[in-house]
Order: sequence, then structure tokens, then C-alpha cells
Amino acid sequence: MGKHNITLTINGESVSAEVESRLLLVHFIRENLDLTGTHIGCDTSNCGACTIMLDGKSIKSCTYLAVRADGAEITTIEGVAEPGTNSHLQKAFHDQHGLHCGFCTPGMIIRSMDLLKTNPNPTEEEIRWGISGNLCRCTGYNNIVKSVQQAATEMAKEKEASV
Amino acid sequence: MIPANFNYHKVSSVNEAIALSQKLGEEAKYMSGGHSLLPMMKLRFATPEHIIDISKIEGLSYIKEEGDLLKIGAMTTQTEMEHNALLKEKYPILGDAIWLTADPSVRNVGTIGGNIAHGDAANDQPALMLAMRATVVAEGTDGTKSIPIDEFFHGFYMTALEPSDVLIEIQIPKAKKSSGGAYVKIERKVGDYATAGVAVHIELDDSGVCQQIGIGLTNVSAVPMRLERGEEILRGQKVTDDLIAQVGQVASEDCEPESDLRGSEAYKRSIVNTITKRMLNKALERARQ
Repeated sequence: MGKHNITLTINGESVSAEVESRLLLVHFIRENLDLTGTHIGCDTSNCGACTIMLDGKSIKSCTYLAVRADGAEITTIEGVAEPGTNSHLQKAFHDQHGLHCGFCTPGMIIRSMDLLKTNPNPTEEEIRWGISGNLCRCTGYNNIVKSVQQAATEMAKEKEASV
Repeated sequence: MIPANFNYHKVSSVNEAIALSQKLGEEAKYMSGGHSLLPMMKLRFATPEHIIDISKIEGLSYIKEEGDLLKIGAMTTQTEMEHNALLKEKYPILGDAIWLTADPSVRNVGTIGGNIAHGDAANDQPALMLAMRATVVAEGTDGTKSIPIDEFFHGFYMTALEPSDVLIEIQIPKAKKSSGGAYVKIERKVGDYATAGVAVHIELDDSGVCQQIGIGLTNVSAVPMRLERGEEILRGQKVTDDLIAQVGQVASEDCEPESDLRGSEAYKRSIVNTITKRMLNKALERARQ
């Protein structure tokens, strides 16, 4: 069936490929590009393990056709910080024990990036609603909420320092 | 899960979409956000031969008041609606619903047009549109048509749209002074489809008499449902606790829920009664502000 040539930017690099109509974006990212930090959990847009940033918004890549991402700018967990460094969110998840098994963490971090972009100073409740589409079966969420709070504080400090 | 084979087509205008849909015939489906259709395709509940991607059509994403109407472009995402200042200020019922719809990442992609055109009584927007007496504007082979919401939902996943019609705009009567609306759904877990949901829109005159009332129910019937008998009880009346209790009772009697994983029929009828009363009170409170 239909094949399509797509070109998109992923973690700052331009990628071109020929894809089938029905190829899901998460499979393209994991299998064609070998970026396996983006996980597949429920495969039904419930759990958020496959969350990536597409044109500045968090989306669930298991429910998005690869062909629709033609021309898009994508960030996966591999691209949230320079190699060898950690973003504020990554550091905060480390500091606050925001993960146990780590399966949900890439999705949690990408989702939290979008959350903090639209709401740099969220309340605890706003954080909990903000990550409501990302399931964690280990932490009980409390440490994830603390992680997002720490990152928000650090990002605010950095912003203040740069003004 | 991978959908069955299909051919993907991208279009950049409504006319192009209509022409392509006509050419490809009934096995073609439009996709906007795809967050209702693609999950069904992955489960093989839907196996269209062709997908026409209308999400790249420009100019169909907007929220504005014009004349007597609030106009929302069909491709406006739920996130865009959630953060819109006009909707927050004058149409809080929309925020009530969006907050409870799926989760932020899904709302980043899902559109209002898709939510309505999908024709699913489990989706949240249909009940709101019934309550607010919206009009659905679509373009098709025979031009532009305006479909009153009461004529829009025909059956299980069936709407008044012809296969090649593209839903382009939702029109809602502009919020009047002393009007208010509210929506809630009971859900097993955050982001779930409604166990039951109720949307209420009410308009009062200066003496507090109910001039117009709309009540829509979510996921307690095969087709999104207007609670006509409940509306009749309140229209032209000064709204009292007694009347509100009557409407709650009527809602629990007239809805048509089925027992499923989300609850038994009796449980659903009971919560419809309760949340109908709650939403009437909340809408009234907003109308009186």
C-alpha cells in the first residue's frame, strides 16, 4: 500500500525516510531511528510512555501516524539536553527520586517540559492534572510531583539570573 | 497494535478534501486529530481503505465572537480552547468539559470538530453542543450547509454528515447577560470516557425566570441525548429547588444507560439524577453572577 517520503527534524537533526501509510510515529522513532528512549506502554494513548515533543507540544506518538509528522520538529528524551549533561527536569528526577524502574520517565519528562512551558509556576494540583495522561506504577507520583516542583524552581532561578 | 493497511492522503484545502473524498468513495475517511479514529483503526474496529488528512488545512483554527454567534473553527484543538481567554471568561462550560477530556497530550492533538463529527455519545462535546443549541457548519459537494445540533446525531457513530462533507465550524449562540452553563462527568479514573455526564446551559430574565434551558447527557444513550422533558419543566419558570429535584428525577428516568464496566444501569441512573441537579445549580450560580 501507500509509501510516502517524509522529512522531519528530530533532536536537531534532519531525517528523511520512506514510510508506509500505517507506520506509527513511535515505531518510526524506535525502530527506524533506533531512538529507544521513547517507550511503548499501553499502545492505546492512555499511559503516556510514548510521549514526545512535536512542534513544541507533548503528544502521544503511539497514536500519531509517522507520515503526518512530515515537516515536524520532534524532540525525544535523547534530545532534551546536550549529551553528557542533564536538563533541569532530568536532574530534578534524579535528585528527588522521581523514578524507580524508569519506564515512564522519558514520557514524564517530555510532558513536564510542555507543562512548565505553558505554566512555569504550577501548583501541586496543576502538576498532578498536568501529568494525568502519564502513568507511573512505581513512585506513587509524590516524588514525580516534587521533581517537577524542583525543576520549576531551578528554571525560574535561571531565568531570573539571565535577565 | 498496527492499523490495517490503508492509503494516506494529505490535502491542503477543504475543496481538495471534498474532491478527493468523492473520487475515493465511501471507503475514505477524514482524519483531523485522529485521536478517536486512529485508536479504532488500531483495534481494527475501523478499517478505512483511505485516510484523508485534513489537519494541514489552514484557516480552520479560530475562536471568535461575530454578530450573535460564538464561532469555533473545526480544527481548533482542545488545548487551544482550554487556554483561550474569551472562552475562560464567557463560556466556562467549555473549560469544565475540556479539563475532564482525556489528558493534556491528547488535547494537544484532538480537535473540537473531530470530537463532534465522530458521532460518539461517549465524547464530551456533543452534550455541550446540545445544551448550548449549537449549529454545525459543513461543506460538501452541494456547498455549505448549517445543521442544527438536534438534527446532527443520527445513531451510533452516525451523523448528518455525508461521507464527503467536511465539518468546518461550530456556531454557538453568543452568551447573553444572565446566562450560564456547566458540565461535569463522573469518571472511573482521570481522562476516562464518562460513566455519565451532564451539560446544562440556562438563560434567565431580569426577574430570574428561566427563558431558555438546554440539558445534554453524555454516554447514557446510543446517541447524544437532549433531556427534553427536563427542559420543559424549567422553561418559563422561576427555578426552585423543587423543580431542580424534579428535573433530576426525570433525567434518571429518561436516560438510556446500559450496564457495563463503568457501572450498572441503576448506578448510572442514580448518578445522572445527582449530577443533573448539581449542574443545574452550578449553571444557575454562574447565570446570576
